[in-house]
Amino acid sequence: MGEKIGVYVCHCGSNIAGVVDVVGVAKWAEENLPNVRVARDYKFMCSSLGQEMIEKDVKDLGLTRVVVAACSPHLHEATFRNACKRAGLNPYLFEMVSIREQVSWVTKDKTVATEKSKMLISGGVRRVVHHQPLEPLFVDINPNVLVVGGGIAGIQAALEIADQGSHVYLVEREPSIGGHMAQFDKTFPTLDCAACILTPKMFTAGNHPNITLLTWSEVEKVDGFIGNFTVQIRQKARKVIADKCTGCGVCEEKCPKKVIDHMFEAGMGTRKAIYTPFPQAVPKYPVIDVENCIYYQRGTCKACEKFCPTGAIDFDQKDEMMTVQVGNVILATGYELFDARRVPQYGYGRLANVVTNLEFERLSNTAGPTSGKIVLRDGVTAPQTVGIIHCVGSRDIKYNVDCSAICCMQSLKFAHLVKEKTGAKVYNFYIDIRTPGKTYDEFYRRILDEGVHFIRGKVAEVTDAPRFPGEEGKLVIQVEDTLAGRQLRVPVDMVVLSAAMQPRVDSKEVGQKFGISCSANGWFIERHPKLDPVATMTEGIFIAGVCQGPKDIPATVSQGAAAAARVLGLIGQKQVTLEPVRASITQDNCSGCRICNNLCPFNAITFIEDRAVSDINPALCQGCGTCVSACPAGAITGSHFTNQQIMAQIEGVLFDLNVQGAREEMERVPA
Amino acid sequence: MSKNGKPKFAMYWAAACGGCEIAVLNINEGILDVDANFDVVFWPVAMDAKYKDVEAMPDKSITLTLFNGAIRNDENAHIAQMLRAKSQVLVAFGACACEGGIPGLGNLSSKQQILDTAFSTISTDNPKELRPQTTFKMPEGALHIPTMYETVKSLDQVVPVDYYIPGCPPESNQIAAVVGLVIKALKGEAQLPPAGAVIGASQSTVCDECKRTRGEKTITQFTRMATFQPREDQCLLEQGILCSGMATRSGCDARCPVANMPCVGCYGPAPDVIDQGARMMSAVASVVDSKDPAEIEKIMRGVVDPTGTFYRFGMPRSLMRHAKG
Repeated sequence: MGEKIGVYVCHCGSNIAGVVDVVGVAKWAEENLPNVRVARDYKFMCSSLGQEMIEKDVKDLGLTRVVVAACSPHLHEATFRNACKRAGLNPYLFEMVSIREQVSWVTKDKTVATEKSKMLISGGVRRVVHHQPLEPLFVDINPNVLVVGGGIAGIQAALEIADQGSHVYLVEREPSIGGHMAQFDKTFPTLDCAACILTPKMFTAGNHPNITLLTWSEVEKVDGFIGNFTVQIRQKARKVIADKCTGCGVCEEKCPKKVIDHMFEAGMGTRKAIYTPFPQAVPKYPVIDVENCIYYQRGTCKACEKFCPTGAIDFDQKDEMMTVQVGNVILATGYELFDARRVPQYGYGRLANVVTNLEFERLSNTAGPTSGKIVLRDGVTAPQTVGIIHCVGSRDIKYNVDCSAICCMQSLKFAHLVKEKTGAKVYNFYIDIRTPGKTYDEFYRRILDEGVHFIRGKVAEVTDAPRFPGEEGKLVIQVEDTLAGRQLRVPVDMVVLSAAMQPRVDSKEVGQKFGISCSANGWFIERHPKLDPVATMTEGIFIAGVCQGPKDIPATVSQGAAAAARVLGLIGQKQVTLEPVRASITQDNCSGCRICNNLCPFNAITFIEDRAVSDINPALCQGCGTCVSACPAGAITGSHFTNQQIMAQIEGVLFDLNVQGAREEMERVPA
Repeated sequence: MSKNGKPKFAMYWAAACGGCEIAVLNINEGILDVDANFDVVFWPVAMDAKYKDVEAMPDKSITLTLFNGAIRNDENAHIAQMLRAKSQVLVAFGACACEGGIPGLGNLSSKQQILDTAFSTISTDNPKELRPQTTFKMPEGALHIPTMYETVKSLDQVVPVDYYIPGCPPESNQIAAVVGLVIKALKGEAQLPPAGAVIGASQSTVCDECKRTRGEKTITQFTRMATFQPREDQCLLEQGILCSGMATRSGCDARCPVANMPCVGCYGPAPDVIDQGARMMSAVASVVDSKDPAEIEKIMRGVVDPTGTFYRFGMPRSLMRHAKG
């Protein structure tokens, strides 16, 4: 082959060198591997000194290929490709071998770690000689942006982007934007009203010239890649003509059908069959709930149509599909509340006065069903004692192992609101109090000073069966006070369960639609947990807010803004560089069998009828390799992942069979 | 060259069914050209010859040897080595010599299992559990029969091969064309392809020669010829028939699909493909039209004999080669 290869083995401080004999590995590589001109080890290859070492060798020794054995390519492949480029070597004549994530971090056994490092480097060395110089591709970035989810994260992201001048399509599944925040009463720790701070933002988003608001809509399909996504959106039929509706509310007033509102009012109140979820809803147009509307059930009524002054009701309206072109996508799809029925010992759904956090928010909200009066289910009696249980469905291996991050502060807020509004005696049952935000601990101390009782212990059960005098007609909370070391039975009138935040039930499906992955429990996975929290492994798809993991409002807003900043950064670049790793079809070998035709996730493959062969559009191809492995004729080649490269790498990895003469043993078919 | 000035020709039949021999005779009058242009020195099926006669020939004295059949025993291997030494051009002729062929399916079982099946199953009357012995002492001396190998090998796993003519058997028109080319090359009128080439076949796959219309593939059910009468104008795979045409080298004029039968893959892998069966499997798996694991499982159960279907001719030369352990 005649290539001159430089092999560089990184210590990564003690990350690699602590387990792998890096000096020995480098020496071994120089002495044993074919075409290796030089092999060195270095403390930190990614440092500027490490990179300069490569550049110097390329120039002085005339290296034609470079192999770096260090961390994962995700981290530093780009770093070393750039070093090669600076030295005048095509960056794709470089191969990165992971001996940290795949070796030193997964074993403590120094011998096997060193041997495995040799195997992987051997594979890299044998692969790299088959590398071809490749040139990157550039594509223009469409400045339009899709934001999915109209909660506070999505609204914030949309506003940031729209204010800068790019166009945003803000898609929301429900009839109004606002998300969970719109349901809340007060926000911790400042106790300002959620609606007061949220609705101006909703209004701005709804009226922004650069925002196309698509509520009562869902994304059906996403094609394309960073810079050029084609998104199909289903606009569900509102049965109300938006252009004619003035939002006067007469239809809602006249509608004879009352429905329990499980969404916005969390089951605590009712709405009509034609409704806007709440008075400040954006947009102002109502929707008809087809499942409950009398007209759709019995074919008569049409009260709304009769009374609508502008003739905006259209019972025949159908779902509409629209297709939009965007360059980037921000997912801000939020969370779902843990179903407290799953903890049967707390009695939710069985014991009337056990309520969830969201129900409490609606009770306490002055715009809610009780006009802000905190009362029992009978609707009149104010509770005299209230127990608030933290961590319901959180920090529990049976449900969600994670801390929901907001429950402590939320429960403290509830305690304050109960005290303030009813003067009731309040008990908070907690496992640990977690108040890590700015001024959060101050809020905790304030609630302590207000005389709220704190009992440290995980509640065993909530029961309405009295055992002692004074428990009759009460809900009794059975708990071990772990600080006092004794069992307690606390009779209360009302129990509030701080139920966990959990991923949306369809988060995995949504993730698949956008080509991103979810953690085992269903939160979207960020590109890097610390350094890239709003990007994902799919270029051009960003995540913000609770869909990435539990967080409070300030963190959610920060992520919305951060995702917007990332997107604006890309829009500002106008072009994006794409990896030249692409598939191509050798036309002479293609028989036109059409196996590949509907496999491409990016729709890059077309069938050319007159020549009866398939072809790949390199601008659309993302180099995923699906068609390469599917092609039965082997007519499709993935550049940088050719058969030759992969087979050489595999043979290299099996080096020990080579040196010990055992390769022949493997090759030998038993006689 | 022999005394009459003609180049020498040999053909040998190792572990194979004999179809390749018939295919050569199937070139009809072309066989007279073979005789006119070659001096046939060794062709056990057509003329009497002894191994010791071949042994006595000088190295490289045979111009062209067509070797059909896989290597199943030490006799096959011995003759392969001998003919390699005596031949200028050694051709792996037919699917068995090229890929291991149908005998290669024996690689799914060990030698012991094969012998047990042949000599100890309930349908065999063998109370003493006798097994074939490779040597037997007679008063006149020891007799030897060939020793069966543990596995079946392709010809090129035993000796270096110059050309490959695939097919089970190779199509007669392709054989005639190859013979014609060799004759021309001997006269200096044509050039032989580079060594190691597959000759008597094309560069694409069977679909290229198949006249059926092909659309995008979405398979929801596999079916078998025994229970289904496929349409004659539509791609068989699209109708749920496991046709290997898309993964099989072209050159046969798509004879089986034309006759409304699925391609069985006898022409071997397409150019540059290492493992025909793996190619076929990943292609088929790619077009199963479901995202529901249970349904996929159900659809895939329709593939009754995956190894026998996808590796019918290619097991010994595939990446797996043979069953382990």
